[in-house]
Amino acid sequence: MLLTWYLLVAIMIVAYVVFDGFDLGVGVLHLFVARTEEERSLLIRTIGPVWDGNEVWLLAGGGTLYFAFPLLYASGFSGFYLPLMIVLWLLILRGIGIELRMQLDSPVWRGLFNGFFSIASLLLTIFFGAALGNVIRGVPLQPDGYFFLPLWTNWTVGPQPGILDWYTVLAGVVALVALALHGANYAALKTGGDLNLRCRRVAAWLLPVLLLLTLASLAATLAIRPALLDNYQHMPVLYVIPLLVGVSLAAMWRLGRGGHELGAFLASCAYLVLMLVGAAAAVYPNLLTSTTDPSLNITVFNAHSGEHSLSVGLIWWGFGMALAVGYFVFVYRMFKGKISGMTGGHGY
Amino acid sequence: MDDALLMHRLHFAFTVTFHYLFPQLTMGLAPLIVILKTMYLRTDNALYNRAARFWAKIFGVNFIMGVVTGIPMEFQFGTNWAQFSRVTGGVIGQPLVMEGVFSFFLESAFLGLFLYGEHRLSRIGHWWAGFAVCAGSWLSGFFIIVTDAWMQHPVAYTRAADGMFQVTSFWGLLLNPWALIQYAHNMCGALITGSFAMAGAGAYYLLENKFTEEARAFLRVAVVVGVLACVMQIFPTGDLHGRFMAAHQPATTAGMEGLFKTEAGASVVILGQPDAESQRIDNPLVANEMLSFLIYGTRTAQVKGLNEFPKSDWPTNIPLLFYSYHIMAGLGTLFVAVMAAAAFLLWRGKLFSTRWMLWIILLCLPFPYIANEAGWMTAEVGRQPWLVYGLMRTSEGYSKYVHAGNSLFTLLGFMGLYALLAILFLFLVLRLMARGPVEEEATDIGAGTPLTVE
Repeated sequence: MLLTWYLLVAIMIVAYVVFDGFDLGVGVLHLFVARTEEERSLLIRTIGPVWDGNEVWLLAGGGTLYFAFPLLYASGFSGFYLPLMIVLWLLILRGIGIELRMQLDSPVWRGLFNGFFSIASLLLTIFFGAALGNVIRGVPLQPDGYFFLPLWTNWTVGPQPGILDWYTVLAGVVALVALALHGANYAALKTGGDLNLRCRRVAAWLLPVLLLLTLASLAATLAIRPALLDNYQHMPVLYVIPLLVGVSLAAMWRLGRGGHELGAFLASCAYLVLMLVGAAAAVYPNLLTSTTDPSLNITVFNAHSGEHSLSVGLIWWGFGMALAVGYFVFVYRMFKGKISGMTGGHGY
Repeated sequence: MDDALLMHRLHFAFTVTFHYLFPQLTMGLAPLIVILKTMYLRTDNALYNRAARFWAKIFGVNFIMGVVTGIPMEFQFGTNWAQFSRVTGGVIGQPLVMEGVFSFFLESAFLGLFLYGEHRLSRIGHWWAGFAVCAGSWLSGFFIIVTDAWMQHPVAYTRAADGMFQVTSFWGLLLNPWALIQYAHNMCGALITGSFAMAGAGAYYLLENKFTEEARAFLRVAVVVGVLACVMQIFPTGDLHGRFMAAHQPATTAGMEGLFKTEAGASVVILGQPDAESQRIDNPLVANEMLSFLIYGTRTAQVKGLNEFPKSDWPTNIPLLFYSYHIMAGLGTLFVAVMAAAAFLLWRGKLFSTRWMLWIILLCLPFPYIANEAGWMTAEVGRQPWLVYGLMRTSEGYSKYVHAGNSLFTLLGFMGLYALLAILFLFLVLRLMARGPVEEEATDIGAGTPLTVE
């Protein structure tokens, strides 16, 4: 039961990263890849109908975490207080950026909201990466299960780190590059012509950078927490995950060069899924690790909700998610295919 | 009060009060738009579709404001109220995640289609998209009410030795009687906001002598729905809510009414200023024995005053509680009068030419917002000093490691950001109102219609 809920929470977070990941990535590219206002609008229209639904995975994932592992939710959310609040502000700016930019036909208004949208997207990818870095690195948990982290201390990975240290900043940069690449693959899939060409060129340029960063982050992770290999040692079959990460990058390269846009995008989805699955397999059963004393770790065994809630939860959660998947299939089918120039009025 | 506790309370109070300005219109307007779309389907008169499109535009701006200010609410349970989340997560985590799973996915999937997908869908299909958005927003409201109702009136739980609450019955939690009453009362409140907004716009256009056809449609729909919602707001929903509260939160009822001492044949204080120190009401204007009658149906029944309860269990801010309740109830009464008069004139066929009535309707537009916010303040200020009524005090629930300075820092941040949102919202909505329900092409998202696939 506990492993099931651990997997369900993990699936929701993975779904969030894969889905909202590409619209965040498009946001990062928006100011840099698109050259004219028309191209910016085109890029936004590739994600316009779906970004809000993608973001719901964050809310539903956070809610599921709250429901299944309340101790983790309480400890993590209050401990990461400052960065989470900044994330909330960025989500607000990003939301109004994308939804309100078309309200006025004025260069100043458009410029302002394009800026909100793009800069908030960029900072969000870095914050999300750093958040994952914090979870992997561990936090100074107190005996009562809580902690509080300042935004930074001395930028080193010690027993009393800050939210930002060299390791979590590295994780943030990995996320920025991975999601920008993901967004470039998605945008290439959804656009044509010159914009498509530029997205593909950006993707080809980002891929080697991501490869280097992936290797660097792997090395850094094993350097700061060698214990993360324990699960892999006990179950050597898990080593297939990092292998597949390599395969996904290779596939992205081959497919991208061959002009298989859908294939390259799916390879990029696979890369994100595998990186997260690899991390989830390494940390289990820990949900949040203590930097000071392993006996203070928050694990699936000490953080979970009651049996009744969790078992009844499987029923309604399964039912609700089946509906949600249905809506997703419907909406993505509705908006399938490439989008092209200005065909009459549009909402985004 | 401890500095950090005060800051965390202000933080939640400010963000939730601002947030609720938007969902009340979303939930109130959505059914009215569905009614306009239905009338379009039935009469085939393009007027109704034009009217629906106009309101959908305002709805869209309002909806996005509700979304972006709503996300912080779910996060704040963990960030600012960590101990509360930890202890009660097994219970209220459930309705909160159900809201995400059952209503946010639904709303987000169909909102884009409803707002921008009109010419991609059949007429029936577009009606369904509107209906789905409406259903999503009403479901969302239900799950939030279930969460709040459990804090007001905890049911279907056990408490383990370590203090953690767990649900014992899924349906018991969802069908908490407090939740059902509160939901009915709250949704009538949202419909009042929606119908006053629509009727107010109709009155405005008639007074300006612009878009008169659409304005009449707005008024017809809004006044009929509005009069029903206003009456139901008081009876049965408000009446039931008041009695249920008197039975389960008698100290709150006493605080709301400013009843410091137990009385047989207690009076209702209509106006006055409660002085919690000396325990009396200054300048009272009273209706004799009415309180006993309203709660128990007889003029002589005894109503418990605050003196029956230890001072540590008194609502922590009695004047604020008293005023919120009286503002809500006073405005609620005014709404019945206004909507009943409007409905009477509509029935006699004179509403559209009775300028003084149109003026009153227009000027009433902001008041349902105040009444809805005041109603929520009554519920939440009245729940104090409890976070979970009778079981967990507010002072036990906040995040101990997040000090007052951190909380003030982010509160100021939210204030600045929300000031920007308020300006943007007013600017955009007033602009849409000034432009009015003009004839135009249905807008489209543009992504991949079959025609544009390369």
